[in-house]
Amino acid sequence: MKVYATARTAFKALRRNPMRAMLTTLGIVIGVGAVIAMMEIGAGASAALKKTIASMGANVLVIRPGTASSGGISFGAGTTTTLTPADCQAILRECPSLRNAAPMVRARAQVVYGNRNWIPNTIYGTTPAYLDVQDWGSLAEGEPFSDRDVLNGNRVCILGQTLVRELFDDESPLGKNIRIKNISFRVVGVLSAKGANMMGFDQDDVILAPWTTIKYRVSGTSLATTNQSPAATDSVNTLSNLYPTEQLALYPEQSNVQQADNPMPVRFANIDQIMAAANSSAEISPAIEEIGAVLRERHRLRAGEPDDFNIRDMAELTNTLSTTTRLMTNLLLAVAMISLLVGGVGIMNIMLVSVTERTREIGLRMAVGARGRDILRQFLVEAVVLCLTGGAMGIVLGHGGSLLVQLLLKWPVETSPAAIAAAVLVSAGVGIIFGFYPAWKASRLDPIEALRYE
Amino acid sequence: MELITLHGIEKTYQMGDIAVPVLKGISLAINQGELIALTGSSGSGKSTLMNILGCLDRPTAGEYWLEGQETSQLSADARALLRNRKLGFVFQSFNLLARTSALENVAMPLTYSTENLSDAETRKRAAEMLARVGLADRLNHHPAQLSGGQQQRVAIARALINRPPVLFADEPTGNLDSKTSEEVLQMFEQLNAEDGITIIMVTHDPKVAGHAKRVIRMEDGLILDTLPAADQRRETSGGAA
Ligand SMILES: Nc1ncnc2c1ncn2[C@@H]1O[C@H](COP(=O)(O)OP(=O)(O)OP(=O)(O)O)[C@@H](O)[C@H]1O
Ligand SMILES: [Mg+2]
Repeated sequence: MKVYATARTAFKALRRNPMRAMLTTLGIVIGVGAVIAMMEIGAGASAALKKTIASMGANVLVIRPGTASSGGISFGAGTTTTLTPADCQAILRECPSLRNAAPMVRARAQVVYGNRNWIPNTIYGTTPAYLDVQDWGSLAEGEPFSDRDVLNGNRVCILGQTLVRELFDDESPLGKNIRIKNISFRVVGVLSAKGANMMGFDQDDVILAPWTTIKYRVSGTSLATTNQSPAATDSVNTLSNLYPTEQLALYPEQSNVQQADNPMPVRFANIDQIMAAANSSAEISPAIEEIGAVLRERHRLRAGEPDDFNIRDMAELTNTLSTTTRLMTNLLLAVAMISLLVGGVGIMNIMLVSVTERTREIGLRMAVGARGRDILRQFLVEAVVLCLTGGAMGIVLGHGGSLLVQLLLKWPVETSPAAIAAAVLVSAGVGIIFGFYPAWKASRLDPIEALRYE
Repeated sequence: MELITLHGIEKTYQMGDIAVPVLKGISLAINQGELIALTGSSGSGKSTLMNILGCLDRPTAGEYWLEGQETSQLSADARALLRNRKLGFVFQSFNLLARTSALENVAMPLTYSTENLSDAETRKRAAEMLARVGLADRLNHHPAQLSGGQQQRVAIARALINRPPVLFADEPTGNLDSKTSEEVLQMFEQLNAEDGITIIMVTHDPKVAGHAKRVIRMEDGLILDTLPAADQRRETSGGAA
């Protein structure tokens, strides 16, 4: 009630000189406007960044076999053959922090369709879970291959957009057969476009197929590590006749009927890596621990024995990128804060002028019974009202500005209620801080001298 | 009944090393319902005494009893409360808030009052007060739209809004011509007679002093004499003749 009355008095006092009030508050308007625009554009940028990171698989963990070494010579990461598809199933089953996991077999080979050919970046042998792990969303065309295809080692594949462009000239590849290392694959689906990732790696230059098919038919090896160099896996040059690089087919290929009659014997199959997705970014660390524990147990590692696998996540990359954007936003925010400071000094200046100008009024108010603290409150509230009005106008201005930026420059922008709340608090704070000294001065006036002031 | 009692009030201003005594021991008793004029030559200390009476200032020495309460030792806040409740002021230069309606000017002291009136009550009280001083049809006029006499009557209404028993007026007619002065003085007489408000006014004008029931003359920080108004009028007219 009292505060409301004081606020009304303050409004009336400000209305007596609206032009000056407007000009005084301009600093706050610009300052708050800049803060709001900065926050919204900053939030938009970091949201866009998060989306980009998510497209690379934000919560993805990569589990690779450890290093093989012989006689003190290390062969580099991924050179042992300790990971199996069963490991993949086990971690998915036993780690509650994981959303999904997919075994991965990589190959690099020439792909032929009609008279065209192309060597994709990678040919991944995997399970349908891979699409979920990578957040690949829905396919552009067709259906993903099924778990049954994986079990049966069916020759089906999903093409990335780059391959569609290179091999099919943008006609629909669905149902067509492509050849990878002379093995015919039916195209069952086309991935939606994902674009280049942050390292410039074309994420659409990829073929997905059941890992069993890639493992046993394309790579053609079961126990050796996949050699990923294209020259070793396939050749298109004329010397290939002289120096055959293909592995000899000792046995004739089985027909479908023969395959059905002779189910693939269970054998030890190693995979190149496992890709797993944590439920959320917060669950990445627990997921790493859980996976470590499960794999150590499965691989029968004694305490003290080093891991024969390693687990990596994208956290470092994510951190670096978000640190950079945060730094930029904070920098701009600091500049905006400085303009708020300047606005605050403007408020203080005008409030001091106002106190001097209204010395007689202050004297009069004291004569009719205002105490020092009543006067202090009146001028403080006046400064806060001034700042809050400026703040409100600044919010409108800043929001309008960021919308304009979005409209004209197509920058991503995100409305942030936190920024608006902060702006209100900050402008009230500026009013209190910079209004205090003038208000305090006013409250200390002597009524007789104030009344006599010319 | 004694409303105000002064006992040896002294006021000395310190100008650097030099002490300037302005009031040199004033003792005075004022009863409820009096209409007093305070006169004296310029610089005799009338305004200084009024400020002390109005609790705007504290005496250097002496006692000031207001309605049985010793006020000379009160804190600034306590004096503010006293001013709000018990004392009304009218100034030579009206001191109205510019670009603020008569009604709001009159209601202003209620903001600092301890009785929490609602908006409607505040407006009603202020309108009544303005009607009391004959400005019922000028509620929403701004000071710039009122004559000097009307402005002073708004100031009187403002001084009386908290229903104080005493009204102080330091040269209330100083800025007014003789006709409007007469209006204001009639207002004072009416308030004094009808509402029993004690009025103490400072004036240089013997005609103004003639409206008072009692005239106190000051000279050089001391009370020279206290006369019933009739004597004072006779004396001044005699002096002039
Ligand atoms: N704040 C002050 N500091 C020092 N001296 C003061 C102060 N206020 C008043 N005086 C002195 O006190 C004396 C009385 O002043 P005061 O205003 O009371 O006179 P007055 O009787 O009201 O005169 P006038 O009729 O001209 O209004 C003057 O000599 C003045 O110089
Ligand atoms: Mg005077």
